[in-house]
Amino acid sequence: MHQALVTVVEDICGRYGFDRTRMTDIVIAVQQRLGCVSTEAMEIIASKVNSHRVEVESVVTFYAFLSVKPRGRVIIRLCKDIVDWMKGYDEVADAMAKELGVTMGETTADGGITLTSTPCIGMSDQAPAALVNDVVVPNLTPERGRQVIRDLRRHLDPAQLITMVGDGNNAHPLVHSMVRNNIRRRGPVHFDGFESGCALERTIDQTPENVIATIRASRLRGRGGAGFATGQKWEFARNASGERRYVLCNADEGEPGTFKDRVLLTECPDQVFEGMTVAGYALGSDSGIVYLRGEYAYLRAFLENVLETRRRQGLLGKAILGKPGFDFDIRIQMGAGAYVCGEETALISSCEGLRGDPKNRPPFPAQKGYMGCPTIVNNVETFSAAARIMERGANWFAEMGSERTTGTKVLSICGDCRKPGVYEVPFGITARELLDMADADNPGAMLIGGPCRQMIGPERFGGQICYDDLATGGAILIFNRARNKLEIAEHYLDFFIEESCGHCTPCRVGLVLLKEVVHKVVSGAGEPSDLDYMRRLANVISQTSRCGLGQAAPNPVLGALQNFHTLYADMVSDRKLGLLSTFDLSKAVADAELRVGRMSQYV
Amino acid sequence: MSNVTFTIDGREVSGRAGQTILKAAEASGIYIPRLCAYKNLVPHGSCRVCSVRVNGRIQAACVQTISDGMVVENDSAEIREFRTAILDMLFVEGNHYCMFCEKSGLCELQALAYRFGITAPQYPFLNPDRPVDLSHPDVYLDHNRCILCGRCVRVSQELDHKNVFQFVDRGYRKRLQVNGEALAATRLAVTDEVTASCPTGALMRKRVGYAVPIGQRPFDAQPIGAGNLQTEDSP
Ligand SMILES: Cc1cc2nc3c(=O)[nH]c(=O)nc-3n(C[C@H](O)[C@H](O)[C@H](O)COP(=O)(O)O)c2cc1C
Ligand code: SF4
Ligand code: FES
Repeated sequence: MHQALVTVVEDICGRYGFDRTRMTDIVIAVQQRLGCVSTEAMEIIASKVNSHRVEVESVVTFYAFLSVKPRGRVIIRLCKDIVDWMKGYDEVADAMAKELGVTMGETTADGGITLTSTPCIGMSDQAPAALVNDVVVPNLTPERGRQVIRDLRRHLDPAQLITMVGDGNNAHPLVHSMVRNNIRRRGPVHFDGFESGCALERTIDQTPENVIATIRASRLRGRGGAGFATGQKWEFARNASGERRYVLCNADEGEPGTFKDRVLLTECPDQVFEGMTVAGYALGSDSGIVYLRGEYAYLRAFLENVLETRRRQGLLGKAILGKPGFDFDIRIQMGAGAYVCGEETALISSCEGLRGDPKNRPPFPAQKGYMGCPTIVNNVETFSAAARIMERGANWFAEMGSERTTGTKVLSICGDCRKPGVYEVPFGITARELLDMADADNPGAMLIGGPCRQMIGPERFGGQICYDDLATGGAILIFNRARNKLEIAEHYLDFFIEESCGHCTPCRVGLVLLKEVVHKVVSGAGEPSDLDYMRRLANVISQTSRCGLGQAAPNPVLGALQNFHTLYADMVSDRKLGLLSTFDLSKAVADAELRVGRMSQYV
Repeated sequence: MSNVTFTIDGREVSGRAGQTILKAAEASGIYIPRLCAYKNLVPHGSCRVCSVRVNGRIQAACVQTISDGMVVENDSAEIREFRTAILDMLFVEGNHYCMFCEKSGLCELQALAYRFGITAPQYPFLNPDRPVDLSHPDVYLDHNRCILCGRCVRVSQELDHKNVFQFVDRGYRKRLQVNGEALAATRLAVTDEVTASCPTGALMRKRVGYAVPIGQRPFDAQPIGAGNLQTEDSP
């Protein structure tokens, strides 16, 4: 038994050259092969890659898709994102749990099926959805949920759940998925056809400096949300000293309600990889990594195939397009269920085989990133845009968009609307126009997902999508007038509490405290002083947290308080009995009530 | 070494290029409160007690390097409020009973609380259920008092070269783990640097408790940062 385990684990470690920096791949492979990464397996890994068990354990326990204890052969991860919850998550979860005879988080007695929930899986336009191992099952209803369970009981084979396939490349044999693209508006940058190699041909005619100058002239800014000038980022990395340079593509797409990178990877992977290769040329880098979130594992074989085709076409590998010295190749690094790994320094940690904790800055990735070398991290859409800019020119690109924000943006629109999906629109479009396009249903608030994560009310629907007004990484969530904004904010908090890396105090502890008080107000027990307490606590968290996760996590709460102030001022009332506002009387007497068998008359 | 000049609360301070704000301040006799920073370990940037306002933005002084003309606020009402909030968070996250804790008077968390005038935390206690590891003959680990500063993790890695400690899990579930079933099963020795590195009473030597009576310990006489304790020679 033990010897068999040693052989299997050793073999996996060998596949990654017994290289400690490939720990993330090693533990994912062990999980896939053995259903868990047991303590024994961790000890074997540690001895094979010259590490320590506790170091391996720190990586394994970081990722939601890895486990030390065995789980079911089939794991159903029901997406509990805000939109899924609005579209009936509770009913579906209930139906599936009843059918299976377990509660959420449990495994059937025979070890066959585990039912659990997971944060946004990038399917908010076809919610409620679930991941069954790697298979995406969209558009669930209680009845479909029950059927999934019945089918799985019969065959325990997620692949057999695929009864029809989605549009576009979702029907490609290597994807073979029920997912739908829902591309509702095709723009010129990303959805206008792309001939492999056309951008690279224009690239290799120029010096790397000129390529960077072209990207600068286009005034392309990062599409992941923060909006850093892409040309400038490339230039920093090019000019930084280091033995090697790296080009990292951020395909972690974890922001709740975002799914546009999934569609770009499904429909224009060539353009994305070509953009990375252009960056490789510009930086003088020979190595790229696509960090693909674990939820999108179903796209992996397809993407590997696209890479392989590009190698055959001379668009990747040695002497690309026959140009001596232009070597560049790309590998795919899988994630394993950790939103924070979308933060660029956490992404680098994860690629280096460490816990996905963000790193301290300075130094910045452009100076010292992956393996301590100059590194750029760009969003999927940024690379795709860069390829198009090289093909059609900086001026062509810069003429689109608003005055200060050039080009187009791919948006994922979802929530209370009749046409959820992907829209490529010019920057400068107003929130109201988006509501019309998506056929919103009596909209009362929008959440503009991104680094600022603004919750806006109707008085700001005239605002423009651009970096100076409503900045977004691509998620646009629509809420109708009946929805409780603070309840929505509470959902976001649950998400961030779950996804915090736990490194710094304000994010790790502060968010839990903030959730307590928000919940109190949402459940009707709030007092006037709670609103101020909430604001102050939120302020400490957003100001003192180390990375963007903690810094922006309280924004939905702050937004709800700011934009819907009177709503919450009306909801709170003074505390009876003169109790401290942080004191929860019902919780305090619950135990005693249970023992004496009657309810307290004061609570 | 080029000289860098900047200000802290209006006072002109100079330091070496590449130095952190915390180190440069310390060299000029200005104390910036801190918990996770320790000796010459790589900065951890986790406790955030050293938060300062730098050219308008909040930064961790133990991580941020100095530059010419930088304007640092270290002792403003706002910064004091942030630090108090963060200390309160650390108190309610664990189970800290100063009145009968063996580390009282030597504990940096307690000392900082006194410095910031904290008598009771402003947040509700989270009362977590945490274990105590008494397995080792000479050292014990009381998780109730652990503030996840990572000093032990780094000292064990960087100075003792043993990797006895590491963090596992994430978010509010994040906790300290040892490289073995329990402390006794690790390579930890009482003479290791790590046993003296804990700022609180989480990692403690056995059989020396109360050797110095309460009332005669460093922080009983003077608040932290008043010259009796720098991270360089922490007890
Ligand atoms: C918590 C957190 C999660 C993030 N997730 C993503 C993500 O999934 N995809 C992404 O492109 N950027 C994400 N970012 C932003 C990245 O840190 C980084 O700014 C971006 O990848 C840079 O690429 P760009 O300049 O092309 O936008 C995230 C940031 C934070 C703080
Ligand atoms: S803000 Fe949150 S996610 Fe970011 S480093 Fe701190 S604990 Fe980790
Ligand atoms: S001392 Fe700077 S973050 Fe802890």
